[in-house]
Amino acid sequence: MLNQFLLLGAVLFCIGVYGVIARKNTVLVLMSIELILNAVNINLLAFGAARGDVAGAVFALFIIAVAAAEVGVGLAMVLIIYRNRASVDLDEVDSMKG
Amino acid sequence: MIAAMVAQNIFFYAIAATMVGAAVVVVTSSNVVRAALALIVVFGGVAAQFVLLAAEFVAVTQVLVYIGAIMVLMLFGIMLTRARIGHDPDMTNEHWWVGAITALLLVGVMGYALIDAYGDDALPADRQVIGVNGSNTGTVSDAIFSQYLIPFEVISVLLLAALVGAIVIARKDR
Repeated sequence: MLNQFLLLGAVLFCIGVYGVIARKNTVLVLMSIELILNAVNINLLAFGAARGDVAGAVFALFIIAVAAAEVGVGLAMVLIIYRNRASVDLDEVDSMKG
Repeated sequence: MIAAMVAQNIFFYAIAATMVGAAVVVVTSSNVVRAALALIVVFGGVAAQFVLLAAEFVAVTQVLVYIGAIMVLMLFGIMLTRARIGHDPDMTNEHWWVGAITALLLVGVMGYALIDAYGDDALPADRQVIGVNGSNTGTVSDAIFSQYLIPFEVISVLLLAALVGAIVIARKDR
């Protein structure tokens, strides 16, 4: 029973990793990062339930708060990239390419 | 007891299948708004899994923060960057197969490790963590405001700093 929650978390995590690598649109990459954070939350709560410990729930709440902060800053950065380049295509943001 | 376990398993697999399907739509759809709506389905499924894990307070927070706040921000981001509403084939870059190989390798390694380490661990049938005040939510809040008070305060400051930073980054008059 524990393992099915952990495997669900692993599958969601890998789908998120695929999205981060394969997507071109910046907002879609942010969405894939949210998938990864949710997968981690499932794992935290599954381990918390297995150990009968509330630490899993506490840290899941902390991750939700950090994810909210991350989306706020991330979308502000996406907006300023759009304002400067009139595009949110990640392949065009390559000023730091060697 | 057995019936409750069977019902839990049925609900788990039904919700998990919906979530994985919606997550695949999020990373493959060529329509940005459709991807955002599929992400709402994933978030709702995650909240349902939290209920199955007897963490109802985290489930409600998930619905409030993710579906209520983060998805609205995402949709604002989509609208403000004037992404093409509707079909847009130019959403996935030409190296998507690198991501596919990475994800398949990762899921293989993590699946093997998890089955190897936790293959037959069972969750307790009663997953409620009941503290002195007799409720799961009360136990969580007791833990946050005693044992984890300093991380809680640090996260409050982080949230404030991130919000101020977001306003400073996105404002126009510079």
